Amino acid sequence: MGNILEVKNLTMDFGGLRALNNVNLHIQRGEIAALIGPNGAGKTTLFNCLTGIYKPTAGDILLYPPDGKAKKISGLKINIITELGVARTFQNIRLFGGMTVLENVMIGRHTRSKSSILGAIFRPPATRSEEKAIIDKSYSILEYMGLAPLVNELANNLPYGAQRRLEIARALATDPHLLLLDEPAAGMNPQETNELDALIAQLRTDYNLSILLIEHDMKLVMNLAQNIFVLDYGEEIAYGTPQEIRHNPAVIKAYLGEEADAEVS
Amino acid sequence: MKYACELKQSTYIALWFILLTFPIMVVKVNTIENIIVWRWINIVGVGVGAFVLSFFWQLYLRKKMTSQQTAPEKVSILNRLIENPKIYRPALFIVGIFALIFPAVFSHYQVNVMTTALIYVMLGLGLNIEVGLAGLLDLGYVAFYAVGAYSYALLNYHFGLGFWMLLPVGALLAAFFGILVGFPVLRLRGDYLAIVTLAFAEILRLVLENWNTFSFGPSGISNIPRPGFFGINLTPEQSAIYMYFLLIALCGLTIFVTYRLQHSRIGRAWVALREDELACQATGIDKTKAKLTAFALGAMWAGMAGVLFAAKTTFINPASFTFMESAMILSIVVLGGMGSIPGIILAALAITLLPEYLRVFSDYRMILFGAALIIIMVFRPGGLLADRRKQYKFHQPDAKEKR
Repeated sequence: MGNILEVKNLTMDFGGLRALNNVNLHIQRGEIAALIGPNGAGKTTLFNCLTGIYKPTAGDILLYPPDGKAKKISGLKINIITELGVARTFQNIRLFGGMTVLENVMIGRHTRSKSSILGAIFRPPATRSEEKAIIDKSYSILEYMGLAPLVNELANNLPYGAQRRLEIARALATDPHLLLLDEPAAGMNPQETNELDALIAQLRTDYNLSILLIEHDMKLVMNLAQNIFVLDYGEEIAYGTPQEIRHNPAVIKAYLGEEADAEVS
Repeated sequence: MKYACELKQSTYIALWFILLTFPIMVVKVNTIENIIVWRWINIVGVGVGAFVLSFFWQLYLRKKMTSQQTAPEKVSILNRLIENPKIYRPALFIVGIFALIFPAVFSHYQVNVMTTALIYVMLGLGLNIEVGLAGLLDLGYVAFYAVGAYSYALLNYHFGLGFWMLLPVGALLAAFFGILVGFPVLRLRGDYLAIVTLAFAEILRLVLENWNTFSFGPSGISNIPRPGFFGINLTPEQSAIYMYFLLIALCGLTIFVTYRLQHSRIGRAWVALREDELACQATGIDKTKAKLTAFALGAMWAGMAGVLFAAKTTFINPASFTFMESAMILSIVVLGGMGSIPGIILAALAITLLPEYLRVFSDYRMILFGAALIIIMVFRPGGLLADRRKQYKFHQPDAKEKR
């Protein structure tokens, strides 16, 4: 199958602070991988590097789209990376609050449509059918995500769980190959988390995705992920299957602290 | 008791007001006879006035609170009226007829006033693209208006080019200036953007005022020709009527184009940019492109309005393009409702026409204007006719769009 994404020796500095140090990471095509680590380990920073929000200080990020050659995406603009097939959600939900649910997803279709200013003004048949295709596609995604009854609601007025799902729907609308989920289960109750668990697994097969997720809910991570990367203080301290990670001493140390430390203090 | 809470609250407020206004309303020092006059009767007035006003205010607030709890999204009556085809279709028809017969019924002066109002409709709709849709707070919109006006006046003066030739040229030049301002402010947002655009407009105005060899300085340019009508010489009255119909047509064009833009892929991208810049980029929208098109397409209408303004008044000087003018256009957009085309048309007509017809109160114009602004912003924070997002209807799997 091969990899869809490779991160090589990625380093990210903020002034004197090294948020990521020589991180290496690879995601196989079609797998669900997880990125875990204590707070402040640099997980979201890594996501921001992958999606172009930050320009990495050093290192390469390579994307292997299914239909083309490897492409170096580090340093590209955010929207270009999205266009190449990397979509994401945000840890603190960032929806277009004043727009309706449907419109939020329609925005996702922006990169996959191309009507121009003149097209907008004169509305030739090509623009009209494109617009209809955008609406149809967006609606079908919303139906899939179970948000169909809410299409005309303002995104701001949705309950929390629905907002999370809408963010995933919006990301799906960009036709991604790789989906990055930043703490999708944050703030959800156990039942909602279970539903999310099933949804993410289903997404991978139905939309032919590779998924990388940041999550603190260990049950969700252990259930879903084939491989897990562990970050601590900007360094990658472990990589392996859920079983391996569970028993890795370095990970236990990072999460629980060293036993000797506990005794001293 | 039903209103106990409000009564108590209002009593406190009335007492507080009495205390606050005591030194100015009651105590009066007569410096000639060195005596103090105690005007106790004023206390009663202040107390009763404050009490009554406060009581109704509290009642209103309570009503608002309870209605919000019962109906989370209340659509205003005005909004419902203009969305009902049974009402807005005949209303549009009547407005159309009225617009057509207006010059025949009303005087030359009225036609001129209405023409000015229509120029503001155009300016408001143009600024709406920048502020209302894309959320780029532009305090220097008048600069583009000036670019349009001066490009007509100067190109006509130096090269003798005609109105019809220069109308698109003025619009394009203004759009070009829009992009010119857009580039340096790509990274800026909100207040910072506002300050830069404000500075840009002031720089342009000062250049026009001081570069005598280029723009003839504060004395301006006079004898700008009115638009030609197939080579026929028009009397000033006929010319005014011609101008009026020209503006009706061009306002129609503005409404049509801005409506189409707003309900297109590009318009959606602008709104997304306004809502959340980072998420908008992460969803695949090119921020640079979206901002620059918003600036260019917004500025374009100001350029066109500028050409029309120069042709209408036949005289322009930098004094017509002060910050006051930008503020006026911005208040049209805010009062009308950001992003709402009917709201902005209504606000533009109200703000330009009311002062003309309420000349009696002209001394209090600014006070009334300020009070109206505050009242509208308190009671209708979304503007006179707040923008509502387009609703879609879906039936079976084959989704169908319906307004």
